[in-house]
Formats: sequence, C-alpha cells, structure tokens
Amino acid sequence: MESKFYEEDKLLVLKITSEIDDHNVQEIRRKADYEMERYMPKRVIFDFDSVTFMDSSGIGLIIGRYKFANMIGAKLELSNLTRKCKKNF
Amino acid sequence: MFNNEMKLEFISKSSNEAFARLTVAAFASQLDPTIEELADIKTAVSEAVTNSIVHGYDKKQGIVKICAWLKENEIIIEISDKGKGIENVEQAKEPLYTTKPNLERSGMGFTIMESFMDTMEVESVVGLGTKVTMSKIIKPKEEKEEDEFKMLMTNT
Repeated sequence: MESKFYEEDKLLVLKITSEIDDHNVQEIRRKADYEMERYMPKRVIFDFDSVTFMDSSGIGLIIGRYKFANMIGAKLELSNLTRKCKKNF
Repeated sequence: MFNNEMKLEFISKSSNEAFARLTVAAFASQLDPTIEELADIKTAVSEAVTNSIVHGYDKKQGIVKICAWLKENEIIIEISDKGKGIENVEQAKEPLYTTKPNLERSGMGFTIMESFMDTMEVESVVGLGTKVTMSKIIKPKEEKEEDEFKMLMTNT
C-alpha cells in the first residue's frame, strides 16, 4: 500500500496495491490504521485503481476503516472502484 | 459425462487462497469465459477456501481439497475440508451473519458464492467437515454476442 498525505487539505490518500483477500487484508488494515493515526487527517481516500481482486474480506476492511476514520473525525472516501470491486458491495 | 476433471489439495495457510483461486480460474479458462465470469469464479473460490481455513480449521493445520469438473459449458467446483463443520448452515448462509465479528469479517461469504455462481450447496457435519459445491454455466461466445445484440436492440 502506498500512502500520501497532503498537509494543506489534511488529506490522506491510501493506494491499495495488492489483491484484497483474507491473507493480505491484515497487512492493509495495519498500515492504513497506522497512517491514519500518524497524520490524523480530515479526509481519507482509498484508491482502488490497482486492485485486481477483492473478496468479502474487502467489505470487512472498508467497514472497519470507516469506523476507525469516524473515531478520529475523518471522512472516508473510496475512489477508482472497478466493476469487479463494486460487485462485492 | 464430464469432459475434464482436476483435483487439488493444499494445507490451510491463508497464502494458499490466491493459489487456489488462480488454479481454478486457469482450469475454468478452458471454457473461454469472459473476464467478468472468471472474476466471479475466483471470488467464489476465494470465499469458500477462506471459510475452510478461517472457520473450518480455525488456526489449526488441515487439508483443503478442491475438485472441479468441466461438463459441456458448465464448471462444477467442490471445495471441502475436514474441519469443525457448521452447526447451523441456514444461519451461516444469512447475509452479514458471522461468528467472528471482532475480526472485521463481513459475513458475506456464502451470499457472494450464491450470487456469483449459478448454484451453491453446503453439506456440513459438525466435527467432520464441510463441503461446498458450486456450479456456473459459461455461455459460449456466440450466445454472449447474441445477448449483447438483443440488449442493444431493446435499448434503442
């Protein structure tokens, strides 16, 4: 996962670069929460552009990050969802 | 009769989830599926294999077995484990039902298998294991083109 923080907008962009399954999700979750805690953004964007596969563990991941973002007072957004990922939601 | 058959066994490590879905997808590609049909199969396999690893064996090591058959233009996939089994299959199939909510599990596994495949059946015996059988018809290319043509005609 790649992360970029834009200080002026308090915006954190998290680009997921691996497939999202039960195996990879733990690492994505750990990194995402770490970055959110580190920067305390007002807005978090998950970029799905490079995600070639996602199963139901992705749903759990997003719901969990949504709750975490809420807790630190940030808004969560999903971008570049491909049809494949959208179908799961 | 079946045109083709494959069997695959691997230990219940989560790193094998990708291996399992890619292997089944490679086998299914003989039916010339679309990218979307292939993605459906990969997702359904991933859900079933994850269930076996996470719930069936629950951190213990065991063997997950996959058998798949090609019959005309249909793929039949059977994924089984010798894990702890499911007490109430009907309840487990309910959307959002999960026995591990603290681990951010969505409870959507069976729902996704059901909606991405044409048929899905679960056989489970507590203490003995679980077997999920799924099938999907891969439409031949000509039929897909016909469908697309019909869609275009009805839209105009």
